[in-house]
Amino acid sequence: MKLDPEARYTESHEWGRMEGDEVVCGVTDHAQETLSDVVYVELPMVGDVFDAGEPYGIVESVKAASDLYTPVAGEVTGVNEELETAPEMVNQDPYGDGWTIRLDPTDPDELDDLMTADEYEAFVEEEEG
Amino acid sequence: MPYIPHSDADRKAMLEAIGVSSLEDLFADVPERARFPGLQLPPALSEIGARWELESLAEANLTTGEGSCFLGAGVYRHFVPAVVDAVISRGEFYTAYTPYQPEVSQGTLQSIFEYQTMICELTGMDVSNASHYDGATSTAEAVITAINVHRMRRKKVVMSRFVHPQYRDVVRTYTQGLDLTIVADEDESTEIEDLLDEDTACLIVQYPDFLGRFEDLTALGEAARAVGALLIVVADPIALGLLKPPAAFGADIVTGEGQGLGLGLNYGGPYLGFFAARSKHVRKIAGRLVGQTVDTDGERGFVLTLATREQHIRRERATSNICTNQGLMALAAAVYMAALGKCGMRQVAETCYHKAHYAADQIDALDGFTVLRDKPFFKEFAVRCPRPVAEINDELLRRWAIIGGYDLGRDYPDLEDHMLLCVTEMNPRQEIDLLVKSLKEVTS
Repeated sequence: MKLDPEARYTESHEWGRMEGDEVVCGVTDHAQETLSDVVYVELPMVGDVFDAGEPYGIVESVKAASDLYTPVAGEVTGVNEELETAPEMVNQDPYGDGWTIRLDPTDPDELDDLMTADEYEAFVEEEEG
Repeated sequence: MPYIPHSDADRKAMLEAIGVSSLEDLFADVPERARFPGLQLPPALSEIGARWELESLAEANLTTGEGSCFLGAGVYRHFVPAVVDAVISRGEFYTAYTPYQPEVSQGTLQSIFEYQTMICELTGMDVSNASHYDGATSTAEAVITAINVHRMRRKKVVMSRFVHPQYRDVVRTYTQGLDLTIVADEDESTEIEDLLDEDTACLIVQYPDFLGRFEDLTALGEAARAVGALLIVVADPIALGLLKPPAAFGADIVTGEGQGLGLGLNYGGPYLGFFAARSKHVRKIAGRLVGQTVDTDGERGFVLTLATREQHIRRERATSNICTNQGLMALAAAVYMAALGKCGMRQVAETCYHKAHYAADQIDALDGFTVLRDKPFFKEFAVRCPRPVAEINDELLRRWAIIGGYDLGRDYPDLEDHMLLCVTEMNPRQEIDLLVKSLKEVTS
């Protein structure tokens, strides 16, 4: 399981990472591995406003369709349009090119409430049993 | 498979299993007086007697095979080649339901694939689903698709008043829970372009329109695109054998009634709603797409290429829960289109066009009748009549066994005393001449 030490993690297997004033979001390596081949990602529109933990999109794989939840509250400032034609980037590079949206966070400190990479690793191990 | 009814022992076992003692107990919730109402039936007839009785009732009808028919308005009498019924009557097609593992039924999938391919060729669209109940429901699904393409953020629908009046009713019924504002169709004064704005999800026009007229929709398509609204075109597939496909006007979704494609009149149903769209909207459309592929041995095979997963496991998130198609009717349409081919489709359309124009010219020359000629028309045209349409139709039927045209005053108050006449390849010249002669007589 790959982890990004810079990112913070949710229990629903998303990550968020501060880049400048924005929080970049995506799904974790563990999530993409569990989903297997991602075939479609539905994303919100720039300007949409979400609370923390609110569904903002859908990721659909050959196995399942799952909601995507925001790690923090904020306004969408960018969506990864590349995923429309290349959803497999979620599998190939979940912390890089496979990002989903960028948020202008309502409260940047909210990210600190989420799990660190180490905490998330332990969380996954426990969840796997 | 023989039909074997349950034995007394079967019934007893089933009743015991659910804990009731008799069949009557199952109807306990139905008030007793409503359970066995007196039907006052005549004494029973022998089989031969019943047959005579039914035949005499049937003879009271006038069928389109006996008289001549100039009624259209959404359902059209076109020729059905014998090959259509021969193919759809095959047991493999006639009784089969799409299996829950559809790939088991390669023949069914292949027929749907061919249907979808030909609908795409006819409309110029990228993808076609496996069909809907009828033209009205496919049009309503197109509106729902457009609303979902805009993610429910646009709530306005601009619908031309010359979309079939019943389709407009169905669109309203289907979308009543979506909190939409449907404009234009009940407003004669405003130009459709002026109603398009940034809140408009889609513009719906009919081609040819309900009055049979067609026009270049390029400007309307551009006006819709300029505000980001989808262009939905409700088309007559027979007309598309001759006219420019709606794709040429930038249509996003093309829907319509497929009844003319080899289905016959069928007493009002079953019919066939076709639905085709640009591939960029494929995730939002209702129904399924069948595709062609190769298996592990490189052999051609057919698969359900796209069945929106929401329809199975996340139904509350689905853009539509319509999963049913008119499989047998889609097959009939596929056989029809394949049998006629590109040239045949064009010939049918040209024949309709020329016959309708011959009829219109003759009728226009009659005293008191005026054909509406503000735009070109295809196989239907509106005629202003010197007497109420219902009266004329009654006389045509009674005196000459002619089924006359549709009374436009029923839907358009400004078109009172206007009759919508339809002429197809099924109306020989003598029939048209008889209609003209009869119209002259009933009004002189």
